[in-house]
Amino acid sequence: MAAACESLGRQVNIMEVCGTHTVSIFRNGIRSVLPPNLKLLSGPGCPVCVTDQGYIDTVLQLADREDCLIATYGDMIRVPGNDRSLETKQAKPNVKVVLSSEDALQLARDHPDKTVIFVAVGFETTAPATAVVVKEAAAESVDNFCILSGHKLVVPAMRALLSSKNNNIDAFLCPGHVSVIIGYGAFSEITRDFRRPCVVAGFEAVQIIEGLCEICRQLSTGEPALKSMYPAVVTEKGNIAAQKMIDECFEPVDGDWRGLGTIEKSTLKLREEYDRFDAFKRFHIRQSPSKERHGCRCGDVLCGLIDPPECKLFGQICTPREPVGPCMVSSEGACAAWFKYGQEKIRT
Amino acid sequence: MCLAVPARIVELEGDRAVVDALGNRWKAKTTLLPEVKLGDLVLIHAGFAISLVDEEEAKKTWQLIAEISEFDDTPNKLSG
Repeated sequence: MAAACESLGRQVNIMEVCGTHTVSIFRNGIRSVLPPNLKLLSGPGCPVCVTDQGYIDTVLQLADREDCLIATYGDMIRVPGNDRSLETKQAKPNVKVVLSSEDALQLARDHPDKTVIFVAVGFETTAPATAVVVKEAAAESVDNFCILSGHKLVVPAMRALLSSKNNNIDAFLCPGHVSVIIGYGAFSEITRDFRRPCVVAGFEAVQIIEGLCEICRQLSTGEPALKSMYPAVVTEKGNIAAQKMIDECFEPVDGDWRGLGTIEKSTLKLREEYDRFDAFKRFHIRQSPSKERHGCRCGDVLCGLIDPPECKLFGQICTPREPVGPCMVSSEGACAAWFKYGQEKIRT
Repeated sequence: MCLAVPARIVELEGDRAVVDALGNRWKAKTTLLPEVKLGDLVLIHAGFAISLVDEEEAKKTWQLIAEISEFDDTPNKLSG
């Protein structure tokens, strides 16, 4: 890897697009063993972090309704809205943390007098689980259940990053678990259209380093390619049943991302036949334009333009206990990982 | 949220399973992995089995999860 990087004679930027990779890279002190001209960027890989502020504020508004229960994954409850988070709402009994979409549907069965709104966020890994319960709700006519879909697709975000004029990304360390669903073949368009190496890696330190070595080798030979270094789990075609489930329930539409703006066909919306489970339609929600919190640079962090410590709020005003932006909230977020591990060189 | 946990299927009825990882047991669904059998090791994400996984890979991930749990249990605990 060192020889490959040295032969390039310039800074090399590799972006990981998976929160678990971000944490593992810090946890294992991987940055400390990299060649000096190799920089790792933490991209839009944490579902909580990429969810735009307009969506968060919509959830908070719905949480004010007495006739509703909000069912959310635990990661989302501390994300600050304009003046509060769901956690401050949690004192109220109408915000429920669930571990799966099934739990959210069960909540609806158990509370027929309330409308249960499932805060459906996450990438292709999580979207099939939402699709399954929407179908179940339709089959059983659980009419007091609905979802607020903020599900996002990874490949359109990677395309948007590479299409931006500020982009400084030489290659992607592709997400492991998203690839389980979509298959590593889904990244072939990035290699083809943008000539960037795309390598899928596991989460262990050695696997990540192997992935980075492969990327550096490709960059030095000038032959960007698509490769899975995680064959025990990720196949070329992915999980077909899960893809089919997503496709039957959802269609890709233009959607807002934190930091990346609106990206064409990047967000999953329920198909028309499932309209009655669409919280946007049920509550006539017109999502307000995304407005990030003052001074917060999570968007620049997600695009790989700055490292978290370059944000003025980092570590001072914005900490894991009092987060301002979502990248500090989620334990998979780049800011939280930087705060916890800083520039630690040695594995503890 | 994108974390997936390897676990073994110890009970299976239709698409409803009970899975076990390091002695922890919980309910999961196998709707997205219809070919799965009792005793298989699978990756569980948000309550659903999403992929088969081999023994060696499962052990690696369990190790990583144990380390992340330590991370979350420190005084700077991120989840509050």
